[in-house]
Amino acid sequence: MFFKFLLRRLIYVIPTLLITTLVVFSFILLIPGDPVVALLGENATPEKIAQMREQLGLNDPILVQYGNWLLHAIHGDLGKSIFTGQPVFEAVTGRLAVTFQLVFISMLVSVGLGMFFAITSVYFPNSVMDYIARFISILGASLPNFWVAMLLVVFFSLTLNWLPATGFISITENTAGFFKTVLLPAISLGAVGMAVITRHLRSSLLEVMGADFVRTAYSKGVSRWRSIFNHGLRNAMLPVVTTIGIGFGNAIGGTVVIETIFAIPGTGQLAVNSILQRDFTMLQGVVLILIVLVIIINFITDIVYALLDPRIEY
Amino acid sequence: MTSKEEWPLLEVKNLHASISTTKGNIIPVNSISYSIKPGEIVALVGESGSGKSVSALSIMRLNAPEIKYKSGSVINYKGKNLLELKEKEMRRLRGNEISMIFQDPMFSLNPVHRIGKQIAETVKLHRKVTPKEAKDIVLDLLKKVGIPDPERRMSNYPHQLSGGMRQRVMIAMALACQPTLLIADEPTTALDVTIQAQILTLIRNLQEETGISVLLITHDLGVVAEIADRVLVMYCGKIVEEGTVDELFENPLHPYTKGLMASVPELSEHSKRRLETIPGSVPNPLELPKGCNFCDRCPYASEECGEKEPVLTKASAESDRQVACWYPLGKKGEINHYAKTSNFS
Repeated sequence: MFFKFLLRRLIYVIPTLLITTLVVFSFILLIPGDPVVALLGENATPEKIAQMREQLGLNDPILVQYGNWLLHAIHGDLGKSIFTGQPVFEAVTGRLAVTFQLVFISMLVSVGLGMFFAITSVYFPNSVMDYIARFISILGASLPNFWVAMLLVVFFSLTLNWLPATGFISITENTAGFFKTVLLPAISLGAVGMAVITRHLRSSLLEVMGADFVRTAYSKGVSRWRSIFNHGLRNAMLPVVTTIGIGFGNAIGGTVVIETIFAIPGTGQLAVNSILQRDFTMLQGVVLILIVLVIIINFITDIVYALLDPRIEY
Repeated sequence: MTSKEEWPLLEVKNLHASISTTKGNIIPVNSISYSIKPGEIVALVGESGSGKSVSALSIMRLNAPEIKYKSGSVINYKGKNLLELKEKEMRRLRGNEISMIFQDPMFSLNPVHRIGKQIAETVKLHRKVTPKEAKDIVLDLLKKVGIPDPERRMSNYPHQLSGGMRQRVMIAMALACQPTLLIADEPTTALDVTIQAQILTLIRNLQEETGISVLLITHDLGVVAEIADRVLVMYCGKIVEEGTVDELFENPLHPYTKGLMASVPELSEHSKRRLETIPGSVPNPLELPKGCNFCDRCPYASEECGEKEPVLTKASAESDRQVACWYPLGKKGEINHYAKTSNFS
């Protein structure tokens, strides 16, 4: 039964993927600037430009271009970069590892701290912790991530000199170096998510803790900690799982800004560079892979939700 | 094995609970006293808002923190004042010696845990048991409360059970540690009529089997007649009448009790009487009358009733019946004018 549910969910993924890729593909072609001009330089002859356009297939109707591109993409061939000639798939997956590490740590920050603040705030109502949690949940959600990033750099890098302002060391190279370089970008990227999760989980948990079944738990002799962790949290997490899934998607999108600020060689930075260079094939590749990632995360969110809530029929 | 010894298992003395609101103090429970003997089923009867649930939750100390107890309030359980126990000591009693079942089994069970796990939790909290022993206890309990195919049912989630089944699970959970006192807060209100009877029979049978004391909270006099030994009638936070079930049904002393009985529909063929209602409604808890709380709705009230508050006093020398009324009703349900002269000072 669960397998059927998985299969059905997977089938839903296909139209989503087709529609989003078509939209992205068309929008990229609407970006002003001609890649051929960018490639050949301002002084190229019209004949040369026409020849290049033909060669790249840019004269075909958009749907044909999209179809060709999709057909190749299914086979793992996302074309070659217009600029460097490097296979797009290789370029993107090579950088994906970096983005993965960043997004993972930023999700740890937002989910971990978000849950910590929400739970302590519910356990100690009207305490200092409660007020801190409420303050953070409003502040974090109202500050844009690039602004948080700059504040963190000014404070921790330029003033205190504790952490580097830019650069990235992969965890496979040097663990200590990884944490030093990833901390500030991960916090900047995770701040909004943390605030949203704190607020959402706090209100959800407060509501659940007033439910009849929590009173039943107390009547059995359960302590307050146990009632929160054993009875409240799993019920309260149900709506928050969706928030976390959305937060994941936001974090992936946020890497475009954060990787640029911290000069981190991930997919976000690659996307920005491709836009600046009008490297269409590369940009399409990056966006496609990011879309697939977000869709996978939504898929996982649905499954986690179904696993957490036994009332969901699959 | 019902043993009705004379010393009380639970003794509530001058229990006074209040909530302060911006509009003034509300006193859901106003200095009530009663006791429950081992093996006894005591019913606490009253309309919604009469304070019966607050007084029951006080025993478990599970009222909202806004509810404060006046000093001098005592709930003695086996000689210990529960209101003075530390939270940790209280936790050791809950579910272990005193347990509780609630009105709506739909919401009283955790929707995301299997019922076997929820019953086992009570056992694991109070006894040192291996997982295997816990499972055996759970199976045994499910059998005892009449759940068919317990082996399969224990891995069900609450939403997979019917209302009656869920209430049986609640009862199994409450009895898991063989408590001495069971508080049942409107245990049948949310159930179908046919299921109500089944659950009441189950409680009665389990009571006879285990000798547990039961405090049954209800607004339904039908339920009371079915299983209770003794009845406490509550109105506006006070006990207005106390007596055994037989005494009370045969001869209600308080006009409110009589009104409650008259408003229970009779289902016999010959009954042609109109269903009576008690006129008026429960007074606003912020503006209680100066004298008797019931005087505005009472057909027998005199001017004095609105002036002086009647206290709960023994109604006769031979029995333990008590009533708080200036004009308690006589044998035929009429005012006993003799009582008036003897009660007013």
